Amino acid sequence: MIKVEHLTKYYGDFLAVDDLSFEIEEGHVYGFLGPNGAGKTTTMNIMTGCLSATSGQVAIGGFDIFEEADQAKRLIGYLPEQPPLYMNETPLEYLRFVGEAKGLRGEELDQQINKVIRQVRIENVAGRRISALSKGYRQRVGIAQALLGSPKVIVLDEPTVGLDPLQIIEIRDLIRQLGQEHTVILSSHILSEVQAICEKILIIAHGRLVAFDTPDRLEASLLSAGEISLLADGPASEVKSLLAEVEHISSLTLEQTPDGLVSARLTTDSKDIHGVSRRVFYAFASRRHALLEMTLKRASLEDIFIELTENGASGEPDADQPESGEEKQ
Amino acid sequence: MTAVLKHELRGYFHTFTAYVFGAFLLAIVGFGAMLYNLQAAVSNFEYVLSFGSIIFVVIVPILTMRVIAEERRQKTDQLLYSLPISTTQVVLGKFLALLAVYLVPLGIICLYPLIFAQFGEVYLPTSYGSLLAIFIMGAALIAMGIFISSLTDNQGLAAGIGIAAILFNYYSVSLSEYVSSTAFGSLVALAVLILALGAVIRFVTKSDVLAGGVCLALLAAVCVIGYTDYTLFEGLLPDIMRTLSLFERFNTFVSGVFDMTAVVYYLSVIVFFLFLTVQSLEKRRYN
Repeated sequence: MIKVEHLTKYYGDFLAVDDLSFEIEEGHVYGFLGPNGAGKTTTMNIMTGCLSATSGQVAIGGFDIFEEADQAKRLIGYLPEQPPLYMNETPLEYLRFVGEAKGLRGEELDQQINKVIRQVRIENVAGRRISALSKGYRQRVGIAQALLGSPKVIVLDEPTVGLDPLQIIEIRDLIRQLGQEHTVILSSHILSEVQAICEKILIIAHGRLVAFDTPDRLEASLLSAGEISLLADGPASEVKSLLAEVEHISSLTLEQTPDGLVSARLTTDSKDIHGVSRRVFYAFASRRHALLEMTLKRASLEDIFIELTENGASGEPDADQPESGEEKQ
Repeated sequence: MTAVLKHELRGYFHTFTAYVFGAFLLAIVGFGAMLYNLQAAVSNFEYVLSFGSIIFVVIVPILTMRVIAEERRQKTDQLLYSLPISTTQVVLGKFLALLAVYLVPLGIICLYPLIFAQFGEVYLPTSYGSLLAIFIMGAALIAMGIFISSLTDNQGLAAGIGIAAILFNYYSVSLSEYVSSTAFGSLVALAVLILALGAVIRFVTKSDVLAGGVCLALLAAVCVIGYTDYTLFEGLLPDIMRTLSLFERFNTFVSGVFDMTAVVYYLSVIVFFLFLTVQSLEKRRYN
């Protein structure tokens, strides 16, 4: 559906996007993840035709976004980071303009407007001025605008930023619903959000793609280097001798707790972490020694994120370049 | 383009802008008509238009200041970029909407000569020739205003620059009598103009090569001409100021001459500034 090839963007001397290539298929929710200044907004702006690229190609459904802008843009609905709303209009007037600009006319236009208003649930504020709406509603109007003309791809730049928790939940539900009919691409620097909504995650750091996988697989990829922590009856010496029989344990720390229990933390070099935990369990069981608690420390997306982005950080010191600074020039 | 046109029109008539513009224009023309046609009992309506044209210094910037600056401030320009309409269509839509806003009071003014004709001899061809001319001249000023608005995201600044530019244009003929008419003075002024043009090109296109190239080519041309016939430059600066003045050409119509070259000049100014506006907007895509 979307094909990005060797995309590079310089702002003056600042390299914002560095030879980025990826392909997005139809019908999933994709998450763009990266710290501020990673190039998420820049990439999205280029993908939607708001910004030119220094070099590289973007094709939407086979149409080049630079050469065949009209056809390509018809396939995309875009909600920029700051919803582009005309404050002194009502959502109805605003949506009518966007719909007309997208080439909808007459009956079709009315139908589409009614449909998106219902979809994002702004029926009761559709006649009020946008300037009088809360941030959550404004965000919905922005999403409604992107949905007009039912484009195949919906691009949302940080759709939940600045919303209260309840609004965030509502917007997430909405995005999940959209994912059933459209290809949705959203950006975020909140990992739990991406983890909750997205089926595929693209991690971007310093304008480069550092990972592209499902949330589970990304997690699994770091699970193998994982840690097991356990809590057992004492004494520590017995636990130690017990664990010594288990293979693939690369390090072990034991600690006696005040109430006579032993907490242990072990790391393993084995790829099969469940194999190790199974052996630990049987080692305890065969000696009829009580194992009170065993936890596999899964690497969270946070860990993956930090690991991947810090590896990419070696060359570039200014990771906290504000994203909004790009628009100021 | 029709979507932008309709949207802009709705915006103008939902806010004060169109009404303020119309009220000012009607007020000054009405005042002029009272002064010339009623009190002084002059039957030439074109004098009223000539008298009233100074109001453009204020009302055109009021009308055009927000047209693109506001889009930028509200970040709605991103919406325009992402919609399947070209920048040219956006600019044309906005320009046509402004013309429509301008045409409403002008349409009312068009009735005045007819009304006066009921009460005496009015030479209608000159009146309507001047009305047509003031329409095209206003359109040219509006195109200029749109371009100025596209340079900044601050409405106030756009209005300020607009007023300064139109005021300079209005008085450039009077000023031209005071500027140096020697060949050397003109040469210096030309060089400054060329460098200013280069700065505009640099600002709009962000291309050092293009701006430098145009500057060098023009400066070289000036040098070559100066070398072959230095006397050509005598009185050139006042001439240029007179030639570029939009208001001076309007006065030809008031004198009763329908000057086709002026019409062509106005149309070229419109095309020139609309083109620059499109470039200025496109530039933001390449920043």
